[in-house]
Amino acid sequence: MSRFQPNRRQILAGLGLATGGLTLTACGLDGSTAFGQAGASSTLLIGSADFPESQLLAEIYAAALRQRDLEAQTLPGMGAREAYLGALQEGAVAVVPDYSGNLLLYLDSASRAQTAQEVMQALPGVLPQNLEALAPAPAENKDSLVMRADRARALGLESLADLAPLSGHLSLAAAPEFAERSYGLPGLKRVYDFEPSSFEPINDGGGPLTLAALREGQVDIVDLYSTDPALRSPEFLILQDPGHLILPQQILPLVHKRLVSLEAAQVLEEISALLTTEALMGLNERVVGAEKASPAQAASDWVGQVFPRDS
Amino acid sequence: MIFEKLWAWFSAPGAWTAPGGIWQRLAEHLAYSGLVLALASLLALPLGIWLGHRGRGEGPILALTGALRALPTLGLLTLLTLWLGLGLTAPVLALLALALAPLLSSAYAGVAHLDPALKQAALAQGMTGRQLLFQVELPLALPLIMGGLRNATLQVVATVPLLAYINLGGLGRYLIDGLALRDYTRMVAAVLLLALLALALDALLALAQRALTSPGIR
Repeated sequence: MSRFQPNRRQILAGLGLATGGLTLTACGLDGSTAFGQAGASSTLLIGSADFPESQLLAEIYAAALRQRDLEAQTLPGMGAREAYLGALQEGAVAVVPDYSGNLLLYLDSASRAQTAQEVMQALPGVLPQNLEALAPAPAENKDSLVMRADRARALGLESLADLAPLSGHLSLAAAPEFAERSYGLPGLKRVYDFEPSSFEPINDGGGPLTLAALREGQVDIVDLYSTDPALRSPEFLILQDPGHLILPQQILPLVHKRLVSLEAAQVLEEISALLTTEALMGLNERVVGAEKASPAQAASDWVGQVFPRDS
Repeated sequence: MIFEKLWAWFSAPGAWTAPGGIWQRLAEHLAYSGLVLALASLLALPLGIWLGHRGRGEGPILALTGALRALPTLGLLTLLTLWLGLGLTAPVLALLALALAPLLSSAYAGVAHLDPALKQAALAQGMTGRQLLFQVELPLALPLIMGGLRNATLQVVATVPLLAYINLGGLGRYLIDGLALRDYTRMVAAVLLLALLALALDALLALAQRALTSPGIR
């Protein structure tokens, strides 16, 4: 579940919380907080975690709101979930993008929800009173176990359920936490009766080293994120997950109820409905790929193309 | 409270002897460090001593060691692993860059910066260049060369944990995995083990240095 908040972020978040706490005490009762003026103006503040995709999503929400003549500003890089959820509850920001499965596990680590619907049904019961999860986008960014397509075809593999006979014969590379998390090696054993011949921990969060290890054939299976632009290549095949080992991670706008008008909430749900995993891959490619477009630029270009000015 | 957790971690069944246990990680750590230090010594010490003996090459050595010191090891490790793939070659090369600088500069400086009067005295007694090197320059330079080796050892032992960033072992496994799982007990335990290992190795090298140093300059 720490997929979206790699390690450095947790430390930064801790620092952020600490300094935020200090600033809050210092600011007193005038309604201003560490992250700006709370609820005083009609401008919606949209926060984000400090990794590129979250910032991109915040910019998409902001661009969509502006497209409908609502004022919106982004506050990128607020830190990990601990930090931005706290800010959202205080009303320092009105909206943050989040991922359904990880949000649920953060609020209720014992949750038994498995499907996307179950996750969305479980959320209202565990969210703090003043927060609401709006309708999720079809786009998902979740752990995906990936093989080289040629190798998978040669072995006749399409799904994790096909792996059992090959238990002990295929190697797997993933972030170190995969060895111990419930969706990781223990889950593969429990749900699919598969144990890799060797587990290679690579600490770049499904980044270039992990991808290179798969491409060069040094490992058979790797754990990547489903919005990784590399997955658009026919070179790779995502193994299906019929046993719901990996929790759905739909992207949703998480809002502070009193700060977001019905009109704004509607805009956020409309733009969410247009956001597919494929579209998000393309946007991620612009931001982290060779082009290095700013998240704001990529977001406003995309919103301008797909989102009509009038509903 | 942290002490209780640490105690529980160290005394858990299999903590020391299981696969991936402390003994295995220590052995891996020592093996990586030893390999890098041996290779770096083989490359840097003869070169540094020879250049120091000839008294030339100070400019290039300063430039080279300065540049090597400035290389960020994690960046180098990632870059080399992308080129060379997973395995031991990339991390050993990345660590070599770190270990070469202190060894090369101390070997050079130890020999080159001896009092010129000593060298002249040795030559005046009819010593050959070889005798000068092995009987005068090296014994006198030894404390400085050992200082370079101790310096390199500390740096390498403290940087080998980075290898756990890719799929290698060593005590860094506990640090990187602990951070990924937010298991801070495991991280503190790793830090403790690393600090103890570094101190123990430095003490050993200090003893070796004392034993090897000529009684006349002790």
